[in-house]
This record gives sequence, structure tokens and C-alpha cells, in this order.
Amino acid sequence: MKLLFNIAWTHVSTRVRQTLVGMAGVSMGVGFTIMMAGLMQGSQIDFLRQLVDTMPHITVEDERRSVPTQPAEQEYAAVQMSDIANVGKRPGIRYSESVMSSLRSWIPGDVAPSAKTTAIVNHGGARIGITLSGIDPRREVQVSKLATQMREGKIDDLSRAPNGIIMGEALAEKLGVKTGNTVLLVGGQGVQLNSTVAGLYRSGLKRVDESQIYSLMGPAQVMMGQSGVINQLRLRLNDPMLAQKVAAQVEAQTGYKSVSWQEANADLLSSFTVRDFIVLTVMGAMLLTSSFATYNIISTITHEKRQDIAIMKSLGMREYAVRRIFIIEAAIIGVVGILFGWILGYLLCYGWSKITIFNPLTGATVPLQIYYSLAHYVIVGGISLVCCAGAAYFPARKATCVHPVEIIRGAS
Amino acid sequence: MTEVALQAVELVRRIEGAVSHTLVNGIDLAVSKGEFVAITGPSGSGKSSLLYLLGLLDAPSEGEVMICGQPTSKLSESDRADVRLTKCGFVFQFHFLLPEFTSLDNVLLPMRAAGRMAEAEMRERGLALLDSLGLAEHANKRPNQLSGGQRQRVAIARALANRPEIIVADEPTGALDTASTEQVFSILRNIADKGQTVVVVTHDPALAARADRRIHIVDGKIAEITERGRGELVCEAVS
Ligand SMILES: Nc1ncnc2c1ncn2[C@@H]1O[C@H](COP(=O)(O)OP(=O)(O)OP(=O)(O)O)[C@@H](O)[C@H]1O
Ligand SMILES: [Mg+2]
Repeated sequence: MKLLFNIAWTHVSTRVRQTLVGMAGVSMGVGFTIMMAGLMQGSQIDFLRQLVDTMPHITVEDERRSVPTQPAEQEYAAVQMSDIANVGKRPGIRYSESVMSSLRSWIPGDVAPSAKTTAIVNHGGARIGITLSGIDPRREVQVSKLATQMREGKIDDLSRAPNGIIMGEALAEKLGVKTGNTVLLVGGQGVQLNSTVAGLYRSGLKRVDESQIYSLMGPAQVMMGQSGVINQLRLRLNDPMLAQKVAAQVEAQTGYKSVSWQEANADLLSSFTVRDFIVLTVMGAMLLTSSFATYNIISTITHEKRQDIAIMKSLGMREYAVRRIFIIEAAIIGVVGILFGWILGYLLCYGWSKITIFNPLTGATVPLQIYYSLAHYVIVGGISLVCCAGAAYFPARKATCVHPVEIIRGAS
Repeated sequence: MTEVALQAVELVRRIEGAVSHTLVNGIDLAVSKGEFVAITGPSGSGKSSLLYLLGLLDAPSEGEVMICGQPTSKLSESDRADVRLTKCGFVFQFHFLLPEFTSLDNVLLPMRAAGRMAEAEMRERGLALLDSLGLAEHANKRPNQLSGGQRQRVAIARALANRPEIIVADEPTGALDTASTEQVFSILRNIADKGQTVVVVTHDPALAARADRRIHIVDGKIAEITERGRGELVCEAVS
């Protein structure tokens, strides 16, 4: 092995310029790929973090996944029914307190109740449809970031003002209201309620900020026309990534539809998957392309060294040992190239992180989010090394399988 | 009866192709340990082809080459490489040294490939070999800093590196002047006298006459065998 390394080193060190070009190729491929990985994952993680922070990780609603079948349908296969309304059922999650305490006993996180309904908010001439969620301020802090998203007022102010509500800054702007103003809420059943704006929040998600209003349980239940109803449980998990698994378990236990944040945002996440796929393909192609210089060098060296290959084989060195010399050469180029590529990648990431952009979600100018991960360096380096070895393998195999007699006859 | 180091049995080498060609056409030969055999013959008669077969560099179409009594026709390519590494040393008309390495490193190459000695031991042996061929002061020179005769002596030292039983040389003096030729030949003679078996292809009848046995090849067949000091001894007539 030492001998092979020696020969390999002699070959690359006597071709300084070619070797440097090969190393530069690998370095650039690795550097740019690491930069891309950091940028892409950084922006994605940043976005997901905002999304996950703003939303409950799991929402349990008082619905079933499918409409219950009618007894006649269960009995006779030929029966078909349509236009049947399920009447007479009181909405809401039954025994919600005991459901919550049983959930609390095993979920890795916390749960809070809410009473959710739709309403129209009237102010001046504006009428805007909104979602009204009645919450329990004490428990709300366990499951949402609402407390930290408050721009004006506090969650506790809900109980200080008469029929207090908290709305998004964006909605307040649209309606032209300020903290302390009164707006009229009109519910589905025709119930009207004069509410005082007790505070403003900003979640960063436009569709939430423009349509979500919070109040205490009481006013929301009044709007619904159902006193005492809890029709939604919201869960927050210590690890948001567990949401899908936990949601399935919750649904199995309670029988109520439990939606994880991933399910609620499936369209968004699937667009991420497509994006990931494209990015990975591009990065793979970059690494492959960057190893072409290596391919070129090894091809040249094996071609120039045909005679040496024949000598070594005729002296009794095994074919695979001779082939390994060229793989080692590629590995030398690859390893040095990767080391410099790592440095280049780090510097590029660092450079990008100094660039600030305007973020429409938060309305602030923030630096580009770069995700630094050792895994990027290891994976990109590993793939690049494999590409280099592969780039060397084919010309090396071609050159070393030649029978030495052919070359010895040709040379003498 | 002396010990047979190298034996060829009904050796045939054919090239299959559009025009099939028989390079070696049924050669029987036994070379004893310590014998110095010269192979002569007109150009294109198959001397090199025979030598490649004897040195296991090439595989016969038919027949068998036995090295120290071991048949070799059934060996895999890598096993043949192992036999070449330890049992056969090659010297070619062209020196075939690795250009980037010093004389010493070139001589050490087969030893390092075999990996049976410690580095220090190998260096000691390498230097001793170079010294015995009068190359002591050239140990650290590269091939392009040496004369043709010196390069060929380095090549011989390399062939001797792993103490092979058999040395085969294909026109080792073909490109050398008279003085160098004389030097190389006396080295080979010396090697044989010390007990290693030497088979040399040469065009020079004067040199061939100094071998223990001279084998004349015509059209891939042995035409005559001459033993030193006993005049002509026809073994097989040309058919
Ligand atoms: N690959 C091949 N295909 C066809 N014919 C070949 C091939 N290799 C060698 N020959 C022929 O085989 C014959 C023997 O070649 P070989 O090299 O053994 O001759 P030689 O006795 O060593 O000649 P020289 O003294 O010129 O070196 C020659 O006629 C040569 O043209
Ligand atoms: Mg020849």
C-alpha cells in the first residue's frame, strides 16, 4: 500500500498544474454545493419554524373523518341515500375536560381547549368574515406563541375589557381600528356582540393575521349559540416532528378528527419535496461535473503511463494493485480538493449570511438564514470523493486491463 | 541428473484472428538449475514469444510451462503474477525502468510489491545488488541521468531483486555498445554460475557461444541445440 501511495504521489506531484486544476474543480463543486445546501435548508427551516410556531401542532376538531353511514346502508348493499343531514347532534367535543386530562397524561407536550366559530366583523362600512376562537388565556400560553406575538396589549387584557378581543395587526389596519375601539361581531345565528379590541398580534402568516380573532370562551360560545361548548383542542408538542404520529394516536383514542400541522399544510410541504428533489439533483450534478477534471487527469496519466503499467504488471504486480494507484491519485486530488471546498463553502455561507433581505412575513429586514450543518460537509465531501474515485476507476480499469505483452512488443 | 528449473512441454502459442498465426509451434525444453541458455534465431522466428511463455508473461494455447516442477497452465492471471513476482525476473531490450524513480527505488519495486522484507532490509539488499553490478554511485540517480548500459544493469538488478530461480532476458544487449554488451553478458554469466537459471535471447552468435547451451529457433520450432564445448548436437531437425 505504501508503495502504491508512493507511485501515486510521484505521478500527481510531477504534474502540479494539472493536479491543481483537478483540485480546484473539486473545491468549487464542493464549496458551491455546501453553500446551496446551507441556503436552501436555511430558508426552509426558517420558514417552517415560523409556520410551526404560529400554528398548533395538532388540532382536534369535533368532526369525524367521514360522514356516518345510515343504518339502511349498512344493512343493504343496494341502498343509496343522498341529501341526508345529520340533525339533532349537539356540536362540540364531549367530556372535553376528561379527554384533555387523559391526553395530557401521555402526549409529549400540552393541550388547550378552544371554542371556534365564524363571524363577521363590522366596523364603519367594512364587513369582513373572520374566525373567532374562544380561548383560555392560562392554558393558551402552553400551546401557542400568541403571548410572544402580541404587539399591543397582553392576552390577559381579554378579561379586562368587556367582550375583549385580540386581532391581527393586518386586520386592524384593514378595519381602521385601534386598541380600545369597539367593533360589532355578527355570528351565524344572528347573534350580535359589541367587542372591545383589547390587543393586537402579528403571527407573520398573512392569512392568519387577516382572519383570526381571539376572545375568551364566553363570547365565542355566545356567538355560536352554544354555551359551554368546546369544539376544538389544540396540541403543542415538544418536538413538532412527532405531530403526525401523535395525531394518529389521538384520533384513534378520541375518535375525533386530529389534524397535524403537516397534514394541514400538505400542499406546502409537497412543494418543498419537489423543491428538495430539484435542489438535490442540481447539487448531485454539480458534484459530478466537478469531478470531470479529475477524470480528465486520470485519463491523461493512465494514457501517459501505459508503459509503466505494463512494466509493473510484467514484474508481477497484480492488476487491481496497479489500478489502485490511480484511484489513490484521484483520492489525493479529491481529499485536498474537498478540504479546500469545505473552506470555500464555509466562507460562501458566511458571506451570504451578511446579506440582509426584507421579509414580507415579519415586515423586518433580516439576514439570510443559513443552516450550518456538519452533515452537509460530510455528505457533500463523501459524494465528491465517490465521484472522484469513480472518475478514476473507469480510465484506470481500461488502462490496466491491457496485456503487458502488447505494450512490451510495441515498445521494443 | 541435475534439478530442472524450467521446463516447456509441447508448448504452442497461436494468435487467432482473420489470419491465424502460430508464433510458437510445439517446443519441448528443459533447463537445469544454474544453466545459462541462449536462444537464437532469425527475426520473427518466435524467440520473444517463447520467452514470454517461459516467463509466464503470456499464456500458451497448448502445452505446459513448469517452473521448479510446478505446472502453471491452470493458474489464474493473478496467481501467474505472483509467480512472476517471486520466481521469474525479466530483462527486456528496452530497460523499462519507472522514469520518476531513482535506480534504488526501481530495484526496490519488486521487493516492496512482494512485501516480504522490512524496509531497511530491502534497502540494504537493493544497495548491495546495485553495488555488485558496479552501480553503487548511481543509486540515487533517475533513469534519464544514466547511460544505456547503466540503465540495463539497473534493470538486471531489479530482475534479481526477489531472488528469482529464473532470469529471462530478451535481447538485453540489443541496444548497447560492445563494451556494455560485454559487461551485461558477463553479469548474466555470473548469475548463472551462482546457481540461478538464465535464459537469454540474443542475435549475437559470439555471445550465444558463451552460453552453456544454445537453442536455435526457426519458425517457432527448435531447429538445433548446441552444447558448449561439444560441438553440434542436433536434437530435432526442421521438418
Ligand atoms: N499479435 C500478433 N499478431 C500476429 N502476429 C504476431 C503478433 N505478435 C507477433 N506476431 C508475429 O509472430 C512472429 C514471432 O514474433 P516474435 O516477436 O516472437 O519474433 P522474434 O523471434 O522475437 O523476432 P525478433 O528477433 O525480430 O525480435 C513474428 O512473425 C511476428 O510478426
Ligand atoms: Mg524479439
